[in-house]
Amino acid sequence: MGKHVLLVEDELNIVEAMRFLLSRDGWRVEAHSDGASAVEVIRGTRPDLVVLDVMLPGKSGFDILGELREDATTADLPVLMLTARGQARDRDMAEKAGVSRFMTKPFSNTEVLNAVRDLMRG
Amino acid sequence: MASLNTLIAVCLIYVAFLFGVAFAAERAGIRGRAGWLLRSPLVYTLSLSIYCTAWTFYGAVGYAARSGLEYVTIYLGPSLVMIGWWWVLRRLVRIGRSHKVTSIADLISSRYGKSNTLAIVVTLMAVIGVTPYIALQLQSVTLSLSIFASAEGAATRIDSASSALWVAAGLALFTVLFGTRNLNANERHHGVVIAVAVEAVVKLVALLAVGIFVVWGVAGGLPQTLARIDASPIGTWQMQGSRWAALTVLSAAAFLCLPRMFQVMVVENDDERHLQIASWAFPLYLMLMSLFVVPIAVVGLDLLPPGSNPDLFVLSLPLSQGRDGLATLSFLGGFSSATSMVIVATLALSTMVSNHVVMPIWLTLRTGGATQSGDVRDVVIFARRVSILVIIALGYVYYRASGGSGALAAIGLISFAGVAQFLPVTLGGIFWRGATRMGALVGLGTGFGLWVYTMLLPGFGAGAILPAGVIDAGPWGISWLRPQALFGVEGLDPTVHAVLWSLALNSLSFVVVSLVTFPRPLERLQGAQFVNIFDHSGQARGWNASVAESEDLMIMAQRILGAAEAQSLFQSEARRQGLSGHLPEPTPKFVQGLERELAGSVGAATAHAMIGQIVGGTSVSVQDLMAVADESAQMLEYSSQLEAKSRELSQTAAQLREANEKLTELSLQKDAFLSQISHELRTPMTSIRAFSEILRDTEGLHPEEKTKYASIIHVETIRLTRLLDDLLDLSVLENGQVTLNRQSGALSDVLDHAITTAQASTDGRIAIRRSRGNEAVMLQTDLDRLSQVFINLITNAQKYCAADAPALTIDVARDGGAVVVDFIDNGSGIPAQARQVMFEKFSRLGLQDNKGAGLGLAICREIMHRLGGDVVYRTGTGGTAFRVILPQAQSLAAQ
Amino acid sequence: MPQPGTPLFLERRSYRVRRVMDAVRLLPVLGLALWMVPLLWPVADPLPPVQDGAATPVSMSAALTYIFGVWAGLIVLCLLLWSRARRIPPDTAPSGQG
Repeated sequence: MGKHVLLVEDELNIVEAMRFLLSRDGWRVEAHSDGASAVEVIRGTRPDLVVLDVMLPGKSGFDILGELREDATTADLPVLMLTARGQARDRDMAEKAGVSRFMTKPFSNTEVLNAVRDLMRG
Repeated sequence: MASLNTLIAVCLIYVAFLFGVAFAAERAGIRGRAGWLLRSPLVYTLSLSIYCTAWTFYGAVGYAARSGLEYVTIYLGPSLVMIGWWWVLRRLVRIGRSHKVTSIADLISSRYGKSNTLAIVVTLMAVIGVTPYIALQLQSVTLSLSIFASAEGAATRIDSASSALWVAAGLALFTVLFGTRNLNANERHHGVVIAVAVEAVVKLVALLAVGIFVVWGVAGGLPQTLARIDASPIGTWQMQGSRWAALTVLSAAAFLCLPRMFQVMVVENDDERHLQIASWAFPLYLMLMSLFVVPIAVVGLDLLPPGSNPDLFVLSLPLSQGRDGLATLSFLGGFSSATSMVIVATLALSTMVSNHVVMPIWLTLRTGGATQSGDVRDVVIFARRVSILVIIALGYVYYRASGGSGALAAIGLISFAGVAQFLPVTLGGIFWRGATRMGALVGLGTGFGLWVYTMLLPGFGAGAILPAGVIDAGPWGISWLRPQALFGVEGLDPTVHAVLWSLALNSLSFVVVSLVTFPRPLERLQGAQFVNIFDHSGQARGWNASVAESEDLMIMAQRILGAAEAQSLFQSEARRQGLSGHLPEPTPKFVQGLERELAGSVGAATAHAMIGQIVGGTSVSVQDLMAVADESAQMLEYSSQLEAKSRELSQTAAQLREANEKLTELSLQKDAFLSQISHELRTPMTSIRAFSEILRDTEGLHPEEKTKYASIIHVETIRLTRLLDDLLDLSVLENGQVTLNRQSGALSDVLDHAITTAQASTDGRIAIRRSRGNEAVMLQTDLDRLSQVFINLITNAQKYCAADAPALTIDVARDGGAVVVDFIDNGSGIPAQARQVMFEKFSRLGLQDNKGAGLGLAICREIMHRLGGDVVYRTGTGGTAFRVILPQAQSLAAQ
Repeated sequence: MPQPGTPLFLERRSYRVRRVMDAVRLLPVLGLALWMVPLLWPVADPLPPVQDGAATPVSMSAALTYIFGVWAGLIVLCLLLWSRARRIPPDTAPSGQG
């Protein structure tokens, strides 16, 4: 498939796991760990999908998502959001900000893969 | 036979003697000597004897000769009033003293809201009411002179009208000289009072002498006298019950209300205790005065030719027996009675006239003019002199108009009934707070009008002023308006009729109008003051100007400052002045200080006015101001209570708001904490789950891949464990459940242990510089916990120091009594905004390394607080610097 | 200032004083009642008595004696009460001749 996915995540072990799973599913995986520069990186690399953590150093995932949705070039970009805080309030905030899919850590690998595939289909 | 000229000479000498006595008394009074005499209860009692006028001296015998024992009612009433001093007189005297009352008019006007209208009405009524009484004195003196003249023979028969004029002029002169030589602020006349007391002795001695002469000299002893009495025309009890009761009541009322009685009884009273002595002494005086009246009357009726005037038996009996000396003494007694009455009565009346009629008019006419005190004094004295002349002139006119022939007692009763009209408003005023000014005006007007119509006018005789037809058939023939049979009540004695109707309707209208009208504020204030006089003024005490002033100041200060504060203020001043008591002298300095003190409570103007009222002259009485102060103090207290309540409420509200904010904050903190915990737990679990699923589900993994993923799982598990350990540790520390294991040890050992531990457990290496020389400090604390703090700080430096050649300097120093241990690395330091939160839970300093849960510094701080010290971030060192502070108690200087 | 240890004494004394003051208050009532007794005496009637046994008028000497007797009695009572009341406890007694 050769699709391009960008992981914005500061937990290196989680990046490692995601990279393993997604590359085996045929994705070209890139990772970025800093929140502050994430939006620029997304604009620069133009991925087909972004997997976004909420608790990021420098800037929160919600803020990054808001900025992406405001920009016309990234407004429709599929974003899968992952959070470790697991509160209902976070889901609401994410949906308000225009998230494509919201998942709570820890997740099962199959769920993540299915979610990514769904997003790409459509 | 004493010649008329001798008699006049004796009179003049007597008058000169009295004048000398009065003058000496006033001189002594000014110099402060002989005060015990001037202010003795004896003088007070004797001065009350001006109740016994020429009416008593001459008239009582005539009265007895005409109507038997009826005369005695005139003395029974006052005796009852005196014996019952506790009921009315005590109040009157206290009110008079504490309100500086100058006359009965002043009392009534003061009670009813300082109404000048009322004062004028009372003054006019008093002048009219007393006029017949003065005429009576003129008549008696003239009669007594005429009897001497007639005894001398027809050649020297004198004209009664002109002699009465001379007597009147003499009395007027005498009164002006006595009473208005100077002006006393409190309307007291010590000279007059002492002269009156002397005259009281003279008249008593004279009457007793005549009586003794009659009983033992003429009748031949007591049993013979009694037998003679029973055999006389007045030998049986033939009293009309209604007159007996009515006259007793009337005399009691008049005794209270006569302006001159009020003057000597209340105004001239120096000490309330004198009243108690007079309560038995004065009835005794009255009894002695009345004792020989009946014997003299009976013997006179017996011995003297029919048709001789019984009013003069006291004189004519000794004369007929050839006792010229006794007759002269008797004449002097009568003269004393008449003069003392006229002097005091006109003085009292002139005070009323000048204070309540002349002065208000004069002041109104001089609107806006700068009134100097000297001016006013002259005007007052002039007004009094004129009033005296006018009042005596009125008496003379009445004497001429009534023909100078009526029985003395009948004239006296008219006067009594006139002034008795003051009784309802006076008693109502001092016992009933509901009495109002309108009620008093209407009551007085009603009573006085009825008195004029039923008693004064008919008293001139049918046809003199009221036509005979009016008296017999009523005005315009309306029979129920007949002056001596009002509303068709016939058959009553005219005096009883007049007293009954005037007093009854007076009281009734007074009460009814008082009930339906509403008093003005000043009336209510004064009413409360008068009725509750014994609540307002303390224990009766002897008069002493300066101490009394201090006391007044004290009472006032207490009402404003509160008892305790005022007392301590006065006591400290008294101590400063070296006085033993609790009242200091009212020195100007102290008074000024007190004024300032009071000004703090009631404002400067009010304080000044109040102090001025006590220390300076008074026009409004101190008690008024005190009552106002009382009320405003109550209001102040009430409003301050309200303020306190509302302050309390708003405090409670603020506390509630604060508590609510705290709860909200706590709830937010709890949410944030849970959220953090969740994040910190879920993050390693995410890795663990992901890699364990990979290991489980992925086939054909390289062995090294398997090892790598398994070791990731292992590390994350350790991370989880450490997190849980930290959480438990923090929880224990925060809840204070931790038990400190205090030991003593060297700081250098603790640091050695910490450095070793930190460097063993981590991969990062950092160069550590120590200054071992300073580390020689002995500690007495939980060394393990302290070591934990040190380890944490060193580990942090190892983890987060971003320098190329990371180095940590550990420096020990003394700061005051405390030992401080600084951990300074050569890194980039911590941004200012992060410094504020870095000691909070889950705040991460390092951005790159996520291994810590952000609990380390929170735990460090919690431990140091438990140990009684602290850990803080130091600025200005170039790198990241933490300072651990150990309190002195835990650091022992190493030997 | 009440001395400690003597409250019973003071209490009894002030109780006495109060009763003396009660008597002072009642004395005028007694005097009035006694002096109004003459209202009950038969009045010498100008008409001859209608029936036998009518009371004979009181003689003047008897009336005099009664009235002056009451008078003297009241004065003596008043004097006695005054001298009793004068011995009030020192704190309420007058401090001396002004």
